[in-house]
Amino acid sequence: MWRRCLLSGLAVWLAAAPPASAFMAYVSNEKSNTVSVIDTDNWTVTKTIKVGQRPRGIEFTRNGKFVLVAVGDDDTIQVIDVATQRVVDSLPSGPDPELFIQDAAGKILYVANENDNTVTVIDLEKRARVGDIQVGVEPEGMAISPDGKILINTSETTNMAHFIDTATRQIVANVLVDARPRFAEFKRDGTELWVSSEIGGTVSVIDPAKRVVTGKITFSIPGLRREAIQPVGIGMTKDGKTAFIALGPANRIAVVDATSHAVTKYLLVGQRVWHMAFTPDEKYLLVTNGVSNDVSVIDVAAQKVIKTIQVGELPWGIAIAQP
Amino acid sequence: MIRWLVGAIGLGVVATHALAADPVEIGIGYLGQAGVKSRLSLVEQPAGNDGIAGARLAIDDNNTTGKFLNQHFSLEELRIADGEDVAKAATALASHNGFVIADLPVEALLKAADALRDRGTVLLNAGSIDDRLREEDCRPNVIHVAPTRSMLADALAQYLVWKQWKRWILVVGSHETDKLYAAALRRAAARFGAKIVQERIFEDTGGARRTDSGVTLIQRQMPVFTQQAPAYDVLVAADESEVFASYLPYRTWDPRPVAGSAGLVPTSWDAAHDQWGAIQMQNRFIKLNSRRMTALDMQAWTAVRMIGEATSRTNSSQPKPVFDFLKGPDFSIAAFKGQRLTLRDWNLQLRQPILLVDGRMVVSVSPQEGFLHQVSELDTLGADRPETRCKLQ
Repeated sequence: MWRRCLLSGLAVWLAAAPPASAFMAYVSNEKSNTVSVIDTDNWTVTKTIKVGQRPRGIEFTRNGKFVLVAVGDDDTIQVIDVATQRVVDSLPSGPDPELFIQDAAGKILYVANENDNTVTVIDLEKRARVGDIQVGVEPEGMAISPDGKILINTSETTNMAHFIDTATRQIVANVLVDARPRFAEFKRDGTELWVSSEIGGTVSVIDPAKRVVTGKITFSIPGLRREAIQPVGIGMTKDGKTAFIALGPANRIAVVDATSHAVTKYLLVGQRVWHMAFTPDEKYLLVTNGVSNDVSVIDVAAQKVIKTIQVGELPWGIAIAQP
Repeated sequence: MIRWLVGAIGLGVVATHALAADPVEIGIGYLGQAGVKSRLSLVEQPAGNDGIAGARLAIDDNNTTGKFLNQHFSLEELRIADGEDVAKAATALASHNGFVIADLPVEALLKAADALRDRGTVLLNAGSIDDRLREEDCRPNVIHVAPTRSMLADALAQYLVWKQWKRWILVVGSHETDKLYAAALRRAAARFGAKIVQERIFEDTGGARRTDSGVTLIQRQMPVFTQQAPAYDVLVAADESEVFASYLPYRTWDPRPVAGSAGLVPTSWDAAHDQWGAIQMQNRFIKLNSRRMTALDMQAWTAVRMIGEATSRTNSSQPKPVFDFLKGPDFSIAAFKGQRLTLRDWNLQLRQPILLVDGRMVVSVSPQEGFLHQVSELDTLGADRPETRCKLQ
């Protein structure tokens, strides 16, 4: 998963070795049908890769050799070879894939197919579709519990987080959240599941054991009407202490104390901020700004926006790994 | 469902009694008129299932959600012919449905609402745009999902003013609804700083909508009808009766754009709308109904989804708690308009952005940037709280 640290052993080593930066960020540009590659050493776009129609969800494979990008209007997931920076293959997803997640071993890919109310299960090695799980209307957000046992899918019109047993591929629980749930993220220790509701304007905190909503994170920004605050992407630091939540057309990232669930700060970024990814050393957080066609770089420790990088049209998803 | 239940029990998850029992049935009635209104453009001719097709899709959507909550939704359709007793029909529907979606003209809707008032049945107005129903003739048991004429007029006016097309010629049809739309457009012009430089009336002299030699005649009539106008930026037509407006684009004496009932049209939904996840909605609709989705389809979909949303939030199938939730501060619905839609508590009108469409594309979505409001920018469209004449009791 692009939000998770790949090669975590290496990251520790890299954190100690200067320069600490030098990673590659892959950004899907929904409108231009391209993926922009950003070198985080000098914050420049080094390559623009042509992909299929309407690229959105994007992630590295667990081995770091490939980048997977869901091209919704072509009804497939394309595979970019990191070495050659070209599309080399495609996966048999269902119609209109948007977000997806891999299991810990990187063998199984779960894809949310917005158009037919299913989650498609793909065997990554065989490049074959091995199953479908019927979920609610317009499946979108995907997450896997740290122990790998539970897959979470959120459905945007049903307004639920579906808990799916990864062994039996059956739904075992459904938790109602606020309107249009778009993204799901577990705390690394598995104690909390966060689900953002774009239209509801909240992030639900769910107890994964009891499978009930235990709290809701709400947002209030002076001078902004409530309807403009639309939480989407979520990023949490590995220590589980700080979370960053993209607020869409509010053009801000909320910084949240992940223990108390209180918003501590709002960072002004570009227009219509969607998704985000940390550099593996967690020094920087990169967020995609859909309407202003750029990526904002946040210094995680200082909680400040330090840089803006122009990318393609309507940037949406982002994934980061070592070059 | 069965497989899922077996799986859930097999895994040791506590299956509640409610889940093991038969699903809770939630009946929704759909009350409409027989027959469809003829349109000038053949491509805009409504299908026989205009409206109810959207309700059916929402029933499917509600049932997909309902299978996780042990709720099951069904739809019962009733069409009344001209002269039939609407109160009787509404009462019949309400005898086995706690909720009724109405696609009725003003007087029929009021009769239906008054007939159901003491039964506790909630009526959702999906079809009528008449402001009167939300103002002096508002009813406490009617929720309005369709936008009002004044919301549509305000949405159009905001865009025309933003575009700096502030000098309008207003051409009004001779029927009652045309006059009501014209009144809403006049009010909108005054509110947002446009000027109506002249008004003309287009008399409906009767006759067939389609004739073999029609185009030749129209091409002579329309330029003549629009000549000798004072300087203007845009011709705004109020022709809900579908008599002349669609003949105006490209035929005005002066080369000017047309808006209102033709040209740039304000509407709650359009088959070309694809923003904010709407493409998924359009695809689902086409898959189910083998045609494109109209504004009336969307209004009926939204009405049924509102009931589904409230039943899932309240975990109740009873009209009272569902209605209370819909009227309460926690209700909002996602309907592919880029923001939550809520109810105006003073007249139970659904707040909603309005699309401006040209028949092929969505040109813009109102409220326009810069039209500010202290509560919700959506309240810059239509009658606002301080001006309401509605007393809900």
